[in-house]
Amino acid sequence: MAKKLRELTFELKAESPSALPTDFLHYGVVGSGDMEVIMEHQELAGAVRIIVRTPVAGFDEVWRRVLERFVNQTGMADARIEINDNNATPVVVTLRLHQALAEIAEGGARHV
Amino acid sequence: MSKKQWESRKADYQARMNAAAPYIHAGKVVAAADTTRVLEAVIRPFDRVNIEGNNQKQADFLAESLIKCDLEQVHDLHMVQSAVPLPVHLDMFEVGIAKKLDFAYGGPMGARVAEAIKHGKLELGAIHTYLELFARYFIDLTPRVSLVCAYEGDASGNLYTGFNTEDTPAIAEATKFRQGIVIAQVNKLVDKVSRVDIPGDWVDIVIESPKPFFLEPLFTRDPANITDTQVLMAMMAIKGIYGEYGVKRLNHGIGFNTAAIELLLPTYGEELGLKGKICTEFALNPHPTMIPAIESGWVESIHSFGGELGMQKYCEARGDVFFLGPDGTMRSNRAFSQTAGHYACDMFIGGTLQIDRFGNSSTATASRVAGFGGAPNMGCDAKGRRHPTEAWLKCGAEFTSQSEYLGNMPRGKRLVVQMVETFGEKMVPTFVDELDAWKLAQNANLALPPVMIYADDLTHILTEEGIAFLHKCGSLEERMAAIRGIAGFTEVGLAAKPAETRTLRDKGIIRTPDDLGIDRMRANRSLLAAKNISELVEWSGGLYDPPARFRNW
Repeated sequence: MAKKLRELTFELKAESPSALPTDFLHYGVVGSGDMEVIMEHQELAGAVRIIVRTPVAGFDEVWRRVLERFVNQTGMADARIEINDNNATPVVVTLRLHQALAEIAEGGARHV
Repeated sequence: MSKKQWESRKADYQARMNAAAPYIHAGKVVAAADTTRVLEAVIRPFDRVNIEGNNQKQADFLAESLIKCDLEQVHDLHMVQSAVPLPVHLDMFEVGIAKKLDFAYGGPMGARVAEAIKHGKLELGAIHTYLELFARYFIDLTPRVSLVCAYEGDASGNLYTGFNTEDTPAIAEATKFRQGIVIAQVNKLVDKVSRVDIPGDWVDIVIESPKPFFLEPLFTRDPANITDTQVLMAMMAIKGIYGEYGVKRLNHGIGFNTAAIELLLPTYGEELGLKGKICTEFALNPHPTMIPAIESGWVESIHSFGGELGMQKYCEARGDVFFLGPDGTMRSNRAFSQTAGHYACDMFIGGTLQIDRFGNSSTATASRVAGFGGAPNMGCDAKGRRHPTEAWLKCGAEFTSQSEYLGNMPRGKRLVVQMVETFGEKMVPTFVDELDAWKLAQNANLALPPVMIYADDLTHILTEEGIAFLHKCGSLEERMAAIRGIAGFTEVGLAAKPAETRTLRDKGIIRTPDDLGIDRMRANRSLLAAKNISELVEWSGGLYDPPARFRNW
């Protein structure tokens, strides 16, 4: 049975932002307990727009906190992030986001 | 004045055995078809009866035979047994064969135990640890009749329990030496047993069962299901706890977290230069995920509570590591291994379903009387311990509040570690204000909430967020702040104050992966020494023979 996906949008700004390189990256898989992330550069006056598609209800505030912490820790700016979630826990979300960012920092505009 | 009778137990034993005599042939042998009749002959209403069975082997044929007894002759039994994992164990209470239960582990029947209590079908004595229950077999819960199981038996009653010796010696000794009756189901009736694990004169009746006893591969974890998060946490455990304290003697609880640690020893552990410095001696079942570490020369010795399905040949071929008899096959022994886990191990590391804001943990839920098996005996500080080791002394030296009781007297402390993700399956938070065990105590009318590990025994909590060194805290307030600081995005964790958490990190009470110098980017399944069951078989040189359900290649 296909579960209905909910879409959440967050617009966040780091306390000390630095722009994402003008690259595109697709990271991860959407296996159970995991998620897929697509990151790309987008002029947003220093902000980060994050679109989350998730089958899980009731955790909007947790998503916000997890994403806020990620944006603040990394100082990410001017980026658009799409997350296709399949029941990932906060730790998996954080791990995948950091891994995607590290791939970009290594200069990889590529699909992983 | 009448003369005091000192041999009533012996007379009672003789009367019961006389009633069974017509069914006993060729020494101590009874035909499988006569089993229920024999049980009716030797068991009396309200008797204290043991059915052997734990989280591994089960005397299932004798259980199935007991429930067929005539209710007029056999009813209201007081069952004293390690575990009630089979449906028949609970059916016994439904029909009235049994009335009272003293046990240690409910496993998959946890919900039915709670239901039966609620409906007045089952009167609960108490929930124990294995060792605690065995202890009571020798004090106030000695079985009148015990139903045990073995691989082989002969006409004189000698039993070969081999790899799966487990609880049999403790049960048979307690029962027989109080003039009780020991009945064994054996997979095979033989002329000469491979090895005498239980001497024949401790056993009254031997029955060849129609099929081999049931064995549950409870300790097998498929590495294919280990996640990157578990790899991260295993890295934290190895570097931040095992390496930090030089933990050599230990027990691992069941689960994917500890399986990840086992599979990281030959890779990440090797890289940290920890070989020979940690994980040399274990009280542990033969976990298949230990194979790569054993093959890489990490492990000196393993004593086991029970046998694990499929590991028999591997263990026999690694005689320098496992405990083998003169016949060349392994002998497990739950009572001794639990004692070893309690007194001779420096650390217990395992998981749980819930941890409250004080650090008490439990696997009980509001509707399941689960029991904790052996975890509490290893997950506690052994107060009777006197021998020192490096890890035990270091943990004791760090135990801030010890001087409140001992003044300037030094003493060591066991490391007791709970390793949990902040959210469990289906995003259920691990950290809670109050344990569900409180609700269970109310629902099942228990005297106290079933706690697996109490906060005063717990020294470390490890989550993906960091490690809390709880024994270093000076007050309950500080402990609670340390727990909040690693509880992530759960309600408990969201109450953490960033400045307070910062202070705890500076004091070394909380250490994050960054504090430990662990690169999260490396937390990847590629670090596992074996990535699936097939690779474990390969590591074992084909000696490990996984059960069918784990063969997916």
